[in-house]
Amino acid sequence: MSVIKTENLTYIYGAGTPFEKTAVDNISLEIEPGQMIGVIGHTGSGKSTLIQHFNGLLKPTSGNVYIDGERLWDDKAKLRDIRFKVGLVFQYPEYQLFEETCYKDIAFGPKNMGLSDSETDIRIHEAAQMVGISEEILQKSPFELSGGQKRRVAIAGVMAMKPKVLILDEPASGLDPKGREQILTLLKDYHTNTGSTVMIVSHSMEDVARYADRIIVMNKAKLFCYEETEKVFSKVDELMSMGLSVPQITKVFTALKEKGIDIQKDVYTTPFAVKYFLSLLEGKR
Amino acid sequence: MISDITIGQYFPGRSVVHKLDPRVKIILTAVFIVMLFTAGTFYGLGVGLLFTFVTFLLSRIPLKLMGKCLKPILPIIIFTAIINVVFITSGDKVYFEWKFLKITDEGVHTAIFMAVRIICLIAGSSLLTYTTSPIALTDAIERLLSPLKKIKVPVHELAMMMTIALRFIPTLIEETDKIISAQKARGADMETGSLIKRAKALVPILVPLFVSSFRRAEDLALAMECRCYHGGDGRTRLKQLHMSIRDLFAAVYVCVFFAGVIALNIIF
Ligand SMILES: Nc1ncnc2c1ncn2[C@@H]1O[C@H](COP(=O)(O)OP(=O)(O)OP(=O)(O)O)[C@@H](O)[C@H]1O
Ligand SMILES: [Mg+2]
Repeated sequence: MSVIKTENLTYIYGAGTPFEKTAVDNISLEIEPGQMIGVIGHTGSGKSTLIQHFNGLLKPTSGNVYIDGERLWDDKAKLRDIRFKVGLVFQYPEYQLFEETCYKDIAFGPKNMGLSDSETDIRIHEAAQMVGISEEILQKSPFELSGGQKRRVAIAGVMAMKPKVLILDEPASGLDPKGREQILTLLKDYHTNTGSTVMIVSHSMEDVARYADRIIVMNKAKLFCYEETEKVFSKVDELMSMGLSVPQITKVFTALKEKGIDIQKDVYTTPFAVKYFLSLLEGKR
Repeated sequence: MISDITIGQYFPGRSVVHKLDPRVKIILTAVFIVMLFTAGTFYGLGVGLLFTFVTFLLSRIPLKLMGKCLKPILPIIIFTAIINVVFITSGDKVYFEWKFLKITDEGVHTAIFMAVRIICLIAGSSLLTYTTSPIALTDAIERLLSPLKKIKVPVHELAMMMTIALRFIPTLIEETDKIISAQKARGADMETGSLIKRAKALVPILVPLFVSSFRRAEDLALAMECRCYHGGDGRTRLKQLHMSIRDLFAAVYVCVFFAGVIALNIIF
């Protein structure tokens, strides 16, 4: 059964005012559990709006959202349980930290779930380990940490709720290349270790290409496609015309192909490209 | 959602009322308020009501918004009306009497009179903020108060503070919305529980909000300094305020109504 399903989901900001704006337009999706999913789209294409429907923060203007087959908004009291099931990490989550120590901040989610102190403690340490936060940092105030560390603490705060689905809005934005790499790697590890569904909104085609099994492409509030990574990046021309780019390496391969060189076109990660070239060289030898 | 609150919200448009010089609009609004308080009879007040209505139509602001600005003060209107009905016991005709409660025609008349006056007052002065952008408004206030500079009132600084505050209201509302959503996503519960529990639930929202406000304030101060802001002395403006013939017409228009009110006061 699909873990997240939407039916003709539409969301309009400021309905009935002169500032009306359709941010999500008639989207029907079915997401199978256990995958790592990338969400890409131009700025303002409605990515953040879409994902806020998955844990019941926004109420659809029309259409339905189902989590584990259960329709949201039928019973408002159940929304809170949905939020523990679908963990959502906002963009710049470090701005939501508020406790005196990182430990207490990570405890906020599990405490709200009503877990016992011992269970909470176990979960905090698990989550801290997953995001690479040391015991020493846990006892520090979140306001003394570096940006990247704060981000990890904030992500741990959601991971500690052990959600079935973890959704992150641009988790790597505003970090240096090394920081990006670390965050994405830890998310990938989290995905493989827990087997949960992970959804990442990102602007970087390279990142999405490297880590996602399937990709949701949004274009002007509409769903352009939801397909396997290879299939998405084989639509180079369409993506380009939407103002999106494809990974650099895909551009190189497409250009080589256009030059008349007989190589595979749908290459979208550098390690794969290296392997591919090596195998070509092997073949020549 | 929080952002539904209109704090004297500007409603962009291109009507004659929008195009008036904001200084003129402020002065005329003051005149309008005086006009409402000059009106001593129902006839005079009728003129005030007519003025409010016609000006609203001229501004092409949806009448729905008029209702919206009146909604928050509805309790006040009802409260004053009840006080008037109950406590004014003089009058020729008694409609209703029970123990200490006595409702007379004078009480009812005063209640209606006051209610209409408050409605006109709020609707009319809301029109000022509906049709003038907050920035234009503070600009105009600064210009109108500039004579006070002579007695060392820091008019420019006050106006700048007001401009900045206004500029950041939407930003802070947006920020608050975001923080609330983020904490809700972690299971924060702000809608149920005892009063103390709910007050406690505000901590996860207020702390990040304060932190980010301070950060913003610092950033803004730095950005202003980088652009050589050094107070009001010798500062020129990008948008100069100019009076036009339109403003004269507006003044005449208000004066005609005012004259009407005074005339009706004298006749009746
Ligand atoms: N609170 C809001 N009120 C009104 N309009 C909004 C609000 N939030 C977003 N919008 C509008 O909805 C549209 C979609 O916004 P959204 O934030 O979902 O885009 P996005 O794909 O996440 O963009 P980005 O990549 O820049 O984060 C945009 O046009 C935006 O202007
Ligand atoms: Mg976004």
